[in-house]
Amino acid sequence: MLNIKELLDKVKASPYREIVVRAPHTGVVSFASVKPGEKVHGPRGEFMEKPGTLLAQLTREKNEKPILAPEKGVIEAVHTRFEGQFVEAGEPLVTIKHYMTRKEVIELILQEALYLFRAPERAKYYFVPEVDQKLKVSGKRSVKVHDGMEFLIVSRMKRETPLAYSGPEGIIYSVYFGRGENVDEGEPLIGVCPEDQLSVIQDVVARIQSEWEEEV
Amino acid sequence: MDRERRIQGLRDRLHYIQDIFANRDDESIRLLAAKFGELMERHETIPGGAKREELVRIEDLFDFSERKLDTTLTPMDRVRIVRHPQRICLKDILENVYDNYTEIGGRGEYNIDPSMLIARAVFSRRVGDKVINQMVMVIGQEKGHGEAFRNGGSVKPWGNAKALHYMKVAETENIPVHAFVFTPGAYPVEDWPGAAQQIARNLYELAGLRVPVISVFSEGGSGGAEAIGLADRRIMLSHGYYSVISPEGAAAIEAGLRSGDRTTPELIEKCARQLCITAEDNLRNGYVDRVLQEPPLGARPYHYDFFHELRRELIQTTNEVVSSVKSMKLYRAMAVRTSKTDDAESIYMRWTLSSSALDRLVDLRQRKFRAMSRHARLDGTGVVSRAVAATKGTVWAAHSFLRYDLLGRQKKRLNAMFEDLGAEAHLVRHKVFMPLKKTLDRVLPGNNGEQPKVGVAVVDRLTRLSCPEDGACLVGSEWAWTSPRSQEDRTISCPNVRTHHCPDLWVPDLFGDFAGVCPSCGHHFPMEYRWYLENVFGYSEAKEFNRQLESVNPLGYEKFDTKLDKAKERTGLKSACITFETSIEEVDTVVAVLCAPFRGGSVGAAEGEKFIRAAERATRKRQPFIAYVHGTAGIRIQEGVNGVIQMPRCTIAVRRYIDAGGLYLVLYDTNSYAGPVASFLGCSPYQFAVQSSNIGFAGPGVISETTGTAVPPNYHQAYHALSRGHIHGIWDRREVKKNLHQSLLTMGGRNLYYR
Repeated sequence: MLNIKELLDKVKASPYREIVVRAPHTGVVSFASVKPGEKVHGPRGEFMEKPGTLLAQLTREKNEKPILAPEKGVIEAVHTRFEGQFVEAGEPLVTIKHYMTRKEVIELILQEALYLFRAPERAKYYFVPEVDQKLKVSGKRSVKVHDGMEFLIVSRMKRETPLAYSGPEGIIYSVYFGRGENVDEGEPLIGVCPEDQLSVIQDVVARIQSEWEEEV
Repeated sequence: MDRERRIQGLRDRLHYIQDIFANRDDESIRLLAAKFGELMERHETIPGGAKREELVRIEDLFDFSERKLDTTLTPMDRVRIVRHPQRICLKDILENVYDNYTEIGGRGEYNIDPSMLIARAVFSRRVGDKVINQMVMVIGQEKGHGEAFRNGGSVKPWGNAKALHYMKVAETENIPVHAFVFTPGAYPVEDWPGAAQQIARNLYELAGLRVPVISVFSEGGSGGAEAIGLADRRIMLSHGYYSVISPEGAAAIEAGLRSGDRTTPELIEKCARQLCITAEDNLRNGYVDRVLQEPPLGARPYHYDFFHELRRELIQTTNEVVSSVKSMKLYRAMAVRTSKTDDAESIYMRWTLSSSALDRLVDLRQRKFRAMSRHARLDGTGVVSRAVAATKGTVWAAHSFLRYDLLGRQKKRLNAMFEDLGAEAHLVRHKVFMPLKKTLDRVLPGNNGEQPKVGVAVVDRLTRLSCPEDGACLVGSEWAWTSPRSQEDRTISCPNVRTHHCPDLWVPDLFGDFAGVCPSCGHHFPMEYRWYLENVFGYSEAKEFNRQLESVNPLGYEKFDTKLDKAKERTGLKSACITFETSIEEVDTVVAVLCAPFRGGSVGAAEGEKFIRAAERATRKRQPFIAYVHGTAGIRIQEGVNGVIQMPRCTIAVRRYIDAGGLYLVLYDTNSYAGPVASFLGCSPYQFAVQSSNIGFAGPGVISETTGTAVPPNYHQAYHALSRGHIHGIWDRREVKKNLHQSLLTMGGRNLYYR
């Protein structure tokens, strides 16, 4: 069983991820004018079409390649000792401290705490009528699943086969697929939470919702 | 109550005047505002209100001031008039000009596209002692002032498709079409049937529509206007405008603004003036046939005299069009021509035309457009060369007729007969001799051996599809022309490196051997047009023609001369269009190239004329006609309507060519947008694109500016255009020549010499 409290404390102790931006290949580095403590942004725009902040340029065979910030964050360190130097692939150039957003933290905790039932193949998934009705009427967390229970329908190219649940017994906490949506193989379909942990998880999520400051 | 209504009327007129002369400080406007203010003050304080005489006096003052202000209108004022909510719209015209009408294909919001309005309308009038009803099909944009669902008259592609559908209905029923152009421009969505491609289809059909078409222009914005505006007669309302682009759009381009920024009103005003968009300008340039005078400061729904005038004009113009092609017209034709007063109504002319008259009508329409925009280009060809070219043309036409029509047709018929006979004989022989052969095989020893099996490798080679990656169908690295970029010693990264993990490419390899195609993922780097000219079309051995046709600055657009000179100097071309005759794997063809380095490959009068002449040459010589679009940014805005008119002109040329039985192929490369795609390129039955080309109606910037929604970065990509059905195939650059040859052999019309 997972100790959620411990997990939350761990996240709280370091509420960020450190992203190390490394040289993708060999080349001569010239850093853009970014300094530690400065804010950078990742790709933006509705289609992520606007690139992130320029961190450095890597030149190989007169081919200049921009190295851009992959996510929003604050510059932790710029390894300026490489300025104008030839570096090997994988050499760390810039470290970005990415403060986790509310959504990311909840996601992280849920992924750790819940049992994720994954899609066995790429197809559309539907709940069997009884489960579907129950979900609609009484909302999520009203359905209990147990091993061997047929609760989903796999629909692909007009072939519909029932799918049985396998895993620990528990309550459906979150549903990761939409109606009529294709789910790739290995993607999570539902998150199952043991009945006794339900209140703890709900508590944690509520606390993060209200307390966590960093937003998208 | 009457008094209240009159005061309300005055208030509307004052607001209208203030809106039209946006922020101009004019004495008359101030006077009117002051007088009206006084009137209102008195009306509110004195119980009896304003007196009748006072109202009459102030109304007279309004009339006088409107007449006076009318003389000071600038082009931009006219744009504001046309866009004003008080301006007449198509619904008003239907109500007041026609005697009865039935809206078809939807009403109000319940409509495929509410901005396109279709109605069957009737003129009822008394001629002599008979009452006659004459039907017309009314097609036009409805701005629907205040009705958001009408989208301000910006027609979506399906709206234009609806218009086309009812044009066809009118053709079936043999009734004239009255088209009313009330649009600021088409709505730029690429969903099927596609903004550009649908306008192209409309133009193509209108070019040969077998009914009289009369169009009335109030607000004519570029492509949206052309979709229904190609007509036998074009009437323009005196306060309307007809332009290649909105003055704001032109100003944004002029100022080189990024999206979101605003230009100054002065620049917009200047652009409106320079674009020559008013009715007089268009009449002078010959793009409209007649200007209908509106009341001072433009027609509004209560100007009943104007509607009466419009009705007379419509009847007379339709009569004129009909009488110009009718075989039985006698004295009436003369009467129609001379009638300037109300007696247009008293002349009766059947508007249904015989088949031969319709042929003449279409021919006249095509000739009319062929003759336009002569003044907007420079023809540097000498008199002698011109005479020689004309003679040559006649000789070719005669030669083609003799060889391919007179003799060729007989030969074809004979060949077909022999083919049929041969097939019959083969069957008969088979039936008679097969049993005999079987018996002999059985009886004779040593003859019952099995046939040697064909090797698996051979079968595989014969049945497998071509695959450029294997180098199976590539010419190899020996290109006739390689890009000068291949001289650089450096590498370049493929943009697909994230998804396809392509290795970096050494530039001499990429632009030399690989023809600018990433060997790992097939991404096409942009390539110069010279590459295609030499490697695909064999330009060095080709015969170029009409080289001397030159782009000029017909409107005297500011600073455009220097820009043109620069483009000419840099590219060594006189216009963005190159036309030549060449042979592709021994099939003689006529090729027109639009090359992007010359002013973005934009089309103006010179380019249009060259394109038309190329199509005519292909017709005369019975050769296939290929349009290779290296890139086009659209219509050259600095030429104003001189550029826009190339859309119908070139489409007509293409239609004539296709109707004559030719093969018209379009190949897109890099970026092709707007006008040309929405007319003479988009109407081709065979359109192909080189990979990584972008095809569309409006660029992403224009779309987000006009519709307010952003489009995905790869919205216009060739593969998306293919999935939407705008183009019919995507080719690898290295295979263009092979595929072109294949297409020449397998597609196209009946009149090609090599068939």
